Amino acid sequence: MANKDFPLIFERSKEGRVSYSLPELDVPEVDLSEEFSDEYIRQTPPELPELSELELMRHYTALSTRNFGVDSGFYPLGSCTMKYNPKINEDIARLPGFSHIHPYQHPKTVQGALEMMYDMQQHLKEITGMYEISLQPAAGAHGEWSGLMMIRAFHEANGDFKRTKVIVPDSAHGTNPASATVAGFESVTVKSNENGLVDLDDLKRVVGEDTAALMLTNPNTLGLFETEILEMKKIVHEAGGRLYYDGANLNAIMGYARPGDMGFDVVHLNLHKTFSGPHGGGGPGSGPIGVTKELEPFLPKPVIVKNEDGYTFDYDRPQSIGRVKPYYGNFSIYLRAYTYIRTLGAEGLKKVSEYAVMNANYVMRKLESVYELPYKQHCKHEFVLSGKKQKKLGVRTLDIAKRLLDYEYHPPTIYFPLNVEEAMMIEPPETETKETLDGFIDTMLTIADEVENNPEIVQEAPHTTVVKRLDETLAARKPVLRYIKED
Amino acid sequence: MDFRYLPMTENDKKDMLKAIGVDSSDELFSDIPKDILLKEPLKLKKPVSEAELKRELTQMANKNYNLTEYTSFLGAGVYDHFIPSVVDHVISRSEFYTAYTPYQPEISQGGLQAIFEFQTMISELTGLPIANSSMYDGGTSLAEAVTLSAGQTRRKKVLVSKTVHPESREVIETYARGQHIDVIEIDYKDGVTDLEQLEAHLDETIAGVVIQYPNFFGQIEPMAKINKLIKNDKKTMFIVSSNPLALGFLTPPAEFGADIVVGDTQVFGIPTQFGGPHCGYFATTKKLMRKVPGRLVGQTVDEEGKRGFVLTLQAREQHIRRDKATSNICSNQALNALASAVAMSSIGKHGIKKMTLLNMKKARYAKQKIQDLGVDIAFSGPFFNEFVIKLPKSVSEVNDYLLEKGIIGGYDLQTVYPELKNHMLVAVTEVRTKEEIDTFVKELGVVLNG
Repeated sequence: MANKDFPLIFERSKEGRVSYSLPELDVPEVDLSEEFSDEYIRQTPPELPELSELELMRHYTALSTRNFGVDSGFYPLGSCTMKYNPKINEDIARLPGFSHIHPYQHPKTVQGALEMMYDMQQHLKEITGMYEISLQPAAGAHGEWSGLMMIRAFHEANGDFKRTKVIVPDSAHGTNPASATVAGFESVTVKSNENGLVDLDDLKRVVGEDTAALMLTNPNTLGLFETEILEMKKIVHEAGGRLYYDGANLNAIMGYARPGDMGFDVVHLNLHKTFSGPHGGGGPGSGPIGVTKELEPFLPKPVIVKNEDGYTFDYDRPQSIGRVKPYYGNFSIYLRAYTYIRTLGAEGLKKVSEYAVMNANYVMRKLESVYELPYKQHCKHEFVLSGKKQKKLGVRTLDIAKRLLDYEYHPPTIYFPLNVEEAMMIEPPETETKETLDGFIDTMLTIADEVENNPEIVQEAPHTTVVKRLDETLAARKPVLRYIKED
Repeated sequence: MDFRYLPMTENDKKDMLKAIGVDSSDELFSDIPKDILLKEPLKLKKPVSEAELKRELTQMANKNYNLTEYTSFLGAGVYDHFIPSVVDHVISRSEFYTAYTPYQPEISQGGLQAIFEFQTMISELTGLPIANSSMYDGGTSLAEAVTLSAGQTRRKKVLVSKTVHPESREVIETYARGQHIDVIEIDYKDGVTDLEQLEAHLDETIAGVVIQYPNFFGQIEPMAKINKLIKNDKKTMFIVSSNPLALGFLTPPAEFGADIVVGDTQVFGIPTQFGGPHCGYFATTKKLMRKVPGRLVGQTVDEEGKRGFVLTLQAREQHIRRDKATSNICSNQALNALASAVAMSSIGKHGIKKMTLLNMKKARYAKQKIQDLGVDIAFSGPFFNEFVIKLPKSVSEVNDYLLEKGIIGGYDLQTVYPELKNHMLVAVTEVRTKEEIDTFVKELGVVLNG
């Protein structure tokens, strides 16, 4: 069994098996050939699998055992905030009154949904310190792009068409520059200084009358708080640009500081990160945006309004950037986040950030003697180590990540930030116990030891997973992106 | 108050702060400038216990009129289809829903393989060889197809039929503005794209033509003729948005020369949930494989030759290409793609045809009964499971009455097509029974004649 390929669902399929149950036709038969010429009628059926219901369940259950989630184990994946996904959230999202409502129902028939959305906006306004919120964007990157489109509309409404550039720190996530491009901007990089923070001199150098916005996460991607944020705000605002807050790292500061008070003009949140998602193996997410009063007219439409008859949608928004998504965003995801916020309240959310930051600092201090720590100050909810020392011994960060799999941990983020050599971005969320953190620390120390004394075991890892290291070059060079039946 | 998601005890906290070398956790926040450090607690609603919150939110949910209690004839892009029980049982497995994007393939084979299978199913339905792992929804997927066509052809003009979903057209507009692409809308005639007008606008400056099949009115566009017009210029791309369920009956768009086919798999196993999250799909030709937005799962082998799956061709994507990327999509709709894959597996190769036929036959029964009332049917061409009726009264008035009878009526077309005054778009899926259709028609008769 060990060496046998795990079957695809198509390979389990057998002609004649069914797992569907359709009702009998209770209306008269119709001859569709009178209505459709042969040209429009599909001649060969799509090769969808044919299985009994049990076979189908066994297939997917087996697949699930070949997957690792937060419920499986510790997931210190930096920038992703892999916290516990509460089960009540799942139950609430499945209530028929929320899951089986249609976006085109008359507002009077969906008052409960609109009330939740409105109240969610009130909560997010308070948490971020922003003037207004739109729940429409589907994910973080979508929020970034929506926010940048608003900044563009704002400048253009002021008759200012020369602002073509968006400034992005060198440590930023790849979506930042990509979103800038998709919104029609050119992105310019601002360097980090020796403390891992935005270099103010470099910022002054790149900022100018062509600056549309500066995009920033705070704490930044290295997990460090941008202490000069108010000075940065001054520099950018004086040049006429606007400040964009990437909410990927909000988990560090809830109840301690708010992007609105730092001077940010547009904010997006990753509800699937900070507000307990879940991540779903890569989505669906939810990326609401918050704005200042001056940018409010440009919000995507429609917006929710409350009046004497209850809640409804306002489509009459002449300065709106338009629609960024059909309907009203990923409703059942922000419903989960709403459930989370209501469970914790202000007191709980502040504790979330307190413990997230404490956990990160604890793990960081326990590992800094063995792995290089490029920035020494207190971190926020995550920190970045460098595997430089280990690299000298012939072991890459990638190897260390793979070795962690043998110890049943999800590895840290290793593909960015780009400004740290052999980076390992570690984020131990607040929902983890001290015992879990200690176990992880011990393992990291053990691996460091292995790197020195038995490097092959690390270089050849993983040893215990259902597949060993996979040939990614082959996958890219000879792409096989779908199943083809072999005869 | 104690919080069940926060495990740290006071002793843990003390030990950890000591190990860090600080006296209090506040010291860890001393890097936040005093001017912005919050002095007061956030003004949020007080935390609530699990039982209380469940009660409160259940009451809130109960204020909504839901499709399990009301009989719905509302479609217009979001459909009330039967969801097999297996779907929720699979996606409720927390190994799937609590996982992140499969950046570590060795411990993500389950999710990766399920998406590889999803890609295969989409490829089968659309007839195109390449399908990605999912997009946010049908509308943004269509907008990404438009920007792809502009990038690939280096042209800045696209033609979009007015029979494309109005909200998708709005999303296209927003995306196009970001990329400085001109969008020209093509009128319709008898419920399908006006071919003369389309032909008049086609020239060597057009990047792509966007058609919906079946279109927003449920009508089947003359795909062969449209493709012939488009392919007069070999660079112009034929972009098709399709309800994938309809492709169980209809000829796949690829056979009509489509270069990109997109749509939403909400019809397969995803509840309407007030419009989201649903799940976009994106399929295209081999030629455009390296231009596809979003994630792709590919098959490969491990060091021992065992088959496995990885995210591949990532050089296209934002986390590698950064500002050179043509799309910024990162998180997509993985869990919903899984739900749709389970639903498609459940329906199966032959079940899908049966399901489409049930939709079509029930819709034709409803159409005939409504016609028997003396109500006009707006468009005469072939259709899938939706059709347009022209009422002697306003749709909102009719729907108000129907709602009192426990029926959610069809979509009021006048809200987005002013010329279609009193026109209702009626959707009939396999979940509607003859009895429900008869009641709908009876009540329609009452309100129209009353």
